[in-house]
Amino acid sequence: MPKIIVQVMPKQDLLDPQGKAVARALERSGHQAIKAVRIGKRIELYYATTPTDAQLQEAQKIAENFLSNGVIEDVVEVFIEQD
Amino acid sequence: MKIGVVTFPGSLDDRDAARAIRLAGGEPVALWHADSSIKKVDAVVLPGGFSYGDYLRCGAIAAQAPIMKSIIKKAGQGLPVLGICNGFQILVESHLLPGGLIRNEKQHFVCRDQKLRVENIDSAWTSEFQVGDEITIPLKNGEGGYIATEETLKMLEGEGRVVFRYLEVNPNGSMNDIAGLRNERGNVVGLMPHPEHAVEPGFGPDSPVAMRSGIDGLKIFQSVLKSVITA
Repeated sequence: MPKIIVQVMPKQDLLDPQGKAVARALERSGHQAIKAVRIGKRIELYYATTPTDAQLQEAQKIAENFLSNGVIEDVVEVFIEQD
Repeated sequence: MKIGVVTFPGSLDDRDAARAIRLAGGEPVALWHADSSIKKVDAVVLPGGFSYGDYLRCGAIAAQAPIMKSIIKKAGQGLPVLGICNGFQILVESHLLPGGLIRNEKQHFVCRDQKLRVENIDSAWTSEFQVGDEITIPLKNGEGGYIATEETLKMLEGEGRVVFRYLEVNPNGSMNDIAGLRNERGNVVGLMPHPEHAVEPGFGPDSPVAMRSGIDGLKIFQSVLKSVITA
């Protein structure tokens, strides 16, 4: 099924406790090359047919107004993915 | 005087909020998230809990509930609305109050009797206090760290919109020790601590007088009853 992918990340200057905990675990298990981890969200919106440009624009709005909170998160990317 | 209390899937303190309204002398009215009408209530409380399991972001899905459309509209016309804890998160997600609430600074869920200073009494929910009053009410949250842009903080402080500030301990890393806010008009107030748990002697926080005798939360509900009568 065709879908629109929305990627949301916590803002750069905001503490990301999940990412920090994972980074510490990686360091403990010997992955010294990894200096930091940040964890965001990938949200998949499914459509019956390939989304139109208007639907992609609508998804961008949904991403900014509902799927993310502009105070704490950034919408990184909104794009159509075909299977 | 009818005060609606909204129950969302995952609300926990709706009954305590209703009890607090009753003890303050009002008549609580149960409201349901999936209804679009708020009946004929004079004010609304959005209670604490974990609506929708805190999915997506705390309060984000509840902010889209059918009943919130009516509440947002009526709040714009002056209906007094109080958001407690998850209710505060819902108000922020509904854009009735600015900023956001994030995970506590030290990542732990915090549960304590919290001292607050009343900073502003020009609201429907704080009019019975005096500026500078120090009150103690329970606080229990995992995501209560208030954040906002520098510009928003400046505006909130400049316009006297911080209504409660944490005293002695900042339990969650909130900017400027902010525990509660009001909107520009003063009819909408959100706060992280739980006034509805400090309304009846024997069941509240400890006070210098006696164990569990603290009823500092009651004035919040008495304030709205009074403001509705005078309005």
